[in-house]
Amino acid sequence: MKISVYRYNPQTDEKPRMQDYEVKTFQGMMLRDALLEVKKQDESFSFRHSCGEGVCGSDGVNVNGRNLLACITPITELKEPIQVRPFPGRPVIRDLVVDMTQFYEQYRAVQPYLVRKDPLPEQEIPQSPAERDRLDGLYECILCGCCSTACPSFWWNPEKFHGPAALLQAWRFLADSRDQATEERLDALEGPYKLFRCHTIMNCVEVCPKGLNPTRAIGKIKDLMLEKGI
Amino acid sequence: MGIPTRHFDALIIGAGGAGLNAALQLAGAELRVAVVSKVFPTRSHTVAAQGGVNAALANVLPDSWHWHMFDTVKGSDYLGDQDAIEFMCREAIPTVYELEHAGVPFSRLDDGKIYQRAFGGQSQNFGGEQAARTCAAADRTGHAILHTLYQQNIRARTHFFDEFFAIDLVRDAEGIICGALVLEIETGEPLLIESKATLLATGGWGQVFRTTSNAHINTGDGAAMALRAGIPLMDMEFFQFHPTGIAGKGMLITEGTRGEGGYLINKHGERFMERYAPRAKDLASRDVVSRAIVTEVKEGRGCGENGDYVMLKLDHLGEQIIAKRLPGIRESSRIFAGVDPVIEPIPVFPTAHYAMGGIPTDRFGRVAMPAGHGAEEVVVGLYAAGECACASVHGANRLGGNSLLDILVFGRLAGKDIIDFVRENPYQRAVDPASLDQAMARLERWAMPGEGISVQSLRAEFRKCMEDHAGVFRTEEIMSEGYRRLCELRERLPEVRLTDQSKVFNTARIEALELENMIDVGLSIAVSALHRQESRGAHSRPDHPERDDATWLKHSLYYKEGDRMDYKPVRTKPLTVESFPPKERVY
Repeated sequence: MKISVYRYNPQTDEKPRMQDYEVKTFQGMMLRDALLEVKKQDESFSFRHSCGEGVCGSDGVNVNGRNLLACITPITELKEPIQVRPFPGRPVIRDLVVDMTQFYEQYRAVQPYLVRKDPLPEQEIPQSPAERDRLDGLYECILCGCCSTACPSFWWNPEKFHGPAALLQAWRFLADSRDQATEERLDALEGPYKLFRCHTIMNCVEVCPKGLNPTRAIGKIKDLMLEKGI
Repeated sequence: MGIPTRHFDALIIGAGGAGLNAALQLAGAELRVAVVSKVFPTRSHTVAAQGGVNAALANVLPDSWHWHMFDTVKGSDYLGDQDAIEFMCREAIPTVYELEHAGVPFSRLDDGKIYQRAFGGQSQNFGGEQAARTCAAADRTGHAILHTLYQQNIRARTHFFDEFFAIDLVRDAEGIICGALVLEIETGEPLLIESKATLLATGGWGQVFRTTSNAHINTGDGAAMALRAGIPLMDMEFFQFHPTGIAGKGMLITEGTRGEGGYLINKHGERFMERYAPRAKDLASRDVVSRAIVTEVKEGRGCGENGDYVMLKLDHLGEQIIAKRLPGIRESSRIFAGVDPVIEPIPVFPTAHYAMGGIPTDRFGRVAMPAGHGAEEVVVGLYAAGECACASVHGANRLGGNSLLDILVFGRLAGKDIIDFVRENPYQRAVDPASLDQAMARLERWAMPGEGISVQSLRAEFRKCMEDHAGVFRTEEIMSEGYRRLCELRERLPEVRLTDQSKVFNTARIEALELENMIDVGLSIAVSALHRQESRGAHSRPDHPERDDATWLKHSLYYKEGDRMDYKPVRTKPLTVESFPPKERVY
């Protein structure tokens, strides 16, 4: 099988290029296996990867125009010619490795941690199964960045718009029955950019490798703002 | 030399559960703390822990920390240190509540309490009925915990050095460790981080085996750094093979599947664990279940064309339970084994999973080593916690759900002890230039030009060798041959060359440094295993099938220099309760 990979080393290359490799396939082969095979042939090729099972979120890449996690994407699901590129819209450090600093800054900006104001009980803070169910589809985010780097609003305003991944986490804490900072969280999301740059294009939902739905979470934040505003 | 330098009160190497929980204590005490991680923190391998964390909360069935302690001592095949185990089992309870308060989205029971499931090796009342002690967030408990700890560290304003690789520890003129030389992966430039105390929290080294549940990053960097600093590694022969890795691939299928009621079958459809562990059956200790699976396969009762795996049956649990309690497992099975466990069983075989041994520490996370004549001495300013450390709470075999517990309890405790240490030792020691040169030499070695062996090929050979010679069943013959071959590999290491000498995000160079670490750690496993002439826990020798307490109820210590072995006694005296004397271990 032929695989075409984006190559760029800032120390030696004036501009990026696509390079073809011939890779032997096997049953059950994932795209990450193919990239490892490329690395075996050419150790100068760099990409991030670690767990190999879709939980660490390291190996997000763009294949034939679509963001995905290499380790859980069977190569049989990809249309040839397979063109592997770095995430769109992010500065390229080298080959498939991109600079995700702004993505992480936006995540940190939504105060992604539980805030309790009441004194803590000796045991657990009670939460009913129904209250806990509201966190399903939110807490599972692995911060791979597939969604935010597929989002046109994030491409245009990565320094101002939080982006789908961060907003999913914003809602994860708003939705948590234990959290006691609803007002502050909502206040912090006001203004034309942070939340409201989402134009429900839904690329995020389309590409999320964990099947999560940031667009719905953003909608719920807007609903809650309306509810609190009234 | 002009290497850029940063100064901190404490340096933590590794951003998994242990490192982040330590960092949280330190940042909370207003200390300047740096966390160095070769990957972005939430990519650390804690993220992959599935089943849960043990604590005797008694939310589902009656429980007590004392029963938890008994199970852990028995599970360790009596090699665990009972003071450390008592401490861990007592601390488990407040630790889990603290995590919950920090935001971990644990699954819940109808009464609003944390959901707990049954796991292997758990009992009520010192060996009685099955207990339910494992606190779970579906089957993504590690993910939930790691993300929460990272989030709380954001709140605490911890300094993170993301994608920095630790090369080596550095010392002052007296030999006291006072920081580390690290490499910024993005730029390829070295950075010296000077600190008053240093915590190694670098996790495990499952990558030394070819088939493993461990991530690419689990290469034993901290353990190898300790070895190079002259510190021995303890109980390295005890490496856990998790019974249920996806056959041929190694990805983990949590013990929680069996805790929820799943069971193993051979090619005749027989529930074979009934023969090996009549009472606990599929929830016997991991070493017991892994040996049973390998035995089934060896004796021709394996499944599939080559008869080289067994099946894990879950379909009888029904779609609702699987979707609610084991959603991640269903996803992994579909992707990697091509089966939906709601409909058909999952092909499984043991996979290299967890290091019981590691850098020897006391109960406070302080690295401790023999100082001659049986006495022990603390290595000033150096700490270790989590999988890279050996406290020792797991002894010869770790119980499921005790790993997340270990990293959290001892990570936190190391953090607290470092606070005291830094208060008593407020001045930064001066790094000895010779020590820095030595660390730099490790980096510069990889700039050697010319033709040579590739990192990839030597690594592949090494991992195959470890798998063939240090696996589930070990004989003198297999291990001696393994040791001989590993020595050859070590001798060939200087012939390895990088073709890529560039600086920016050069992952080939990182893999070369990791290979050196893995070979050192692999040898410590092989040598320790070769010497221990008994079967205990995960160390199973057909040529010495019995446990031999008279000779071998002691901890192994491996020193890199001369592949030398030493031993130290097991601490059989708990903190407050009666000791559990060694007994025959049946499930």
